[in-house]
Amino acid sequence: MLHATTTELEVLDLVPFGQTGAESRFFALRLSRPDWERWRPGQFVMVRPRNFGLESLWGKPLGICHMTARHMICFFQVRGRGTRRMAELRAGDTVRVWGPLGNGFAMEPDTPTLLLAGGMGIVPFVGYVVTHPKPWNVSMLFGHREPASCYPVDNINEHIAVDSLREQADGDLDNFIYTIQERMRDCAEQKGLVLACGPTPFMRTVQQFAAALDVRCQLSLENRMACGVGACLGCVARTTSAWPAQDKREFPVQVCTHGPVFWSDQVEL
Amino acid sequence: MDCAVTLKGQSRDLRLKNPVLTASGTFGYGLEFSAYGDLTALGGLVVKGLSLQPRAGNPTPRIAETTAGMLNAVGLQNDGVEAFCREKLPRLPWRDTAVIANIYAASVEEFAALAARLDGEEGVAALEVNVSCPNVRAGGALFGQDPQLAAAVTAAVRRAAPHKHVMVKLSPNVTDIALLARSVEDAGADSISCINTLLGMAVDLRSRRPVLANVVGGLSGPAIKPVALRCVWQVARAVRIPVVGLGGILTAEDALEFMLAGARAVQVGTGNFLRPDCAFALAAELPRACARLGIDDLPAFCGSLVLDHP
Repeated sequence: MLHATTTELEVLDLVPFGQTGAESRFFALRLSRPDWERWRPGQFVMVRPRNFGLESLWGKPLGICHMTARHMICFFQVRGRGTRRMAELRAGDTVRVWGPLGNGFAMEPDTPTLLLAGGMGIVPFVGYVVTHPKPWNVSMLFGHREPASCYPVDNINEHIAVDSLREQADGDLDNFIYTIQERMRDCAEQKGLVLACGPTPFMRTVQQFAAALDVRCQLSLENRMACGVGACLGCVARTTSAWPAQDKREFPVQVCTHGPVFWSDQVEL
Repeated sequence: MDCAVTLKGQSRDLRLKNPVLTASGTFGYGLEFSAYGDLTALGGLVVKGLSLQPRAGNPTPRIAETTAGMLNAVGLQNDGVEAFCREKLPRLPWRDTAVIANIYAASVEEFAALAARLDGEEGVAALEVNVSCPNVRAGGALFGQDPQLAAAVTAAVRRAAPHKHVMVKLSPNVTDIALLARSVEDAGADSISCINTLLGMAVDLRSRRPVLANVVGGLSGPAIKPVALRCVWQVARAVRIPVVGLGGILTAEDALEFMLAGARAVQVGTGNFLRPDCAFALAAELPRACARLGIDDLPAFCGSLVLDHP
């Protein structure tokens, strides 16, 4: 496992995404760069702003969107009390951050790699695409309900072609599922690798296709977490009989430390 | 200031280099936190509750955030005592800090078997007997709510583990915690830790369902600190054996409040989830907090609460 640290980081800025005028629910949070030696796309951090006080106790698990020499970018959608507070952050505020946490996605530069993102599931793929040494081997299918401008899709578009499907009317979802299947079939024929991140129903669909088409596939899970370090046992997912460690087969394992990325045949959703 | 403390038991003492322990179920097996601080800087660590056999625990969702607190209904998921002794204990710095094994069982006989198994483990400094888990059907809180059963478990563990300090962890979900405290003291407990979580519940108005799959769960965090302080105060007055206080402790000042009320040592639990270096920071801060507050003799300070109307 990579070495994690905990430190206070400074908020450099908080950039709203999506609709202008109306109150935004999507934000890129830019923080000063933590002093980690290494990180892998698909890993995450726990972020706890000082303004949580004693009202909200847990840090929030945020996927690492991207990292540069000077800063780390996380991305979040306002969904509850904690993320509402996070939307009030301003430049100069400090947040406690611990990480990098979890295992990250497989990266096989020469393998044709299909990224499947559902909504906010696009976040970890930004860093994946930006750091991939051979981006011409990577393609992406992105399904979402909100306008594309709500998500950090431009950063990915600069490097690879993204097929973006927005669900607005009846039939759009069926079309998306059909497209997932077709793209995964192509990937299977090329002996490729599928990586998926998104809401659970979407991931179940991907998992079923992966089994039916016999294509190697990883899923990034997003369970409720308190600690992020393997202690609270709140985020567990049940393994299948294909799990490598015999004593943990068909047993709950922590998503934060054994994942968040799992091979699709090794975990129950 | 030297913060070393000895919990003087009826049979076995437990010597701690400082009074800051981590609470069971919030600190894994300790190794999970070694990236965030020096485990040997802690007075000790109480590991995740161990049972004879591995337990898968309850279905998810198992945890829920509430105002100034959290609920959990993990259901004592653990790898079992054999895996702990084989894989975790050898990697823990038990020569330099006290490793306390929290134990759970569904019967008096099973408690005795667990205690006997751990009695021969050199790396285990003490046993913390969990007679207060609110999240399992068999045993758990049932033992801790009945003075006779709590005494029977304590006596069985005491007999089965003659070489270990026996700490009994009490539940606040009782009418009279002092009564329970006295009965485990009479049964041979060396010390008492309190409190375990308060039974609580959260519901979701939109889905009209409970937030936890188990419906009810244990409340912890700063929300329960006043209840915990009250329990420590009542227990410390009721027994002669040392009391270890826990419930919502986040800072050195919180720890000192518990010690003022009668605790000889404290445990940091949910605080470990606010920041993974919480217990380490608290242990480092404690001498400085004592200096700020003019406390130069920590043992004398314990239980020195001034009552104007006794």
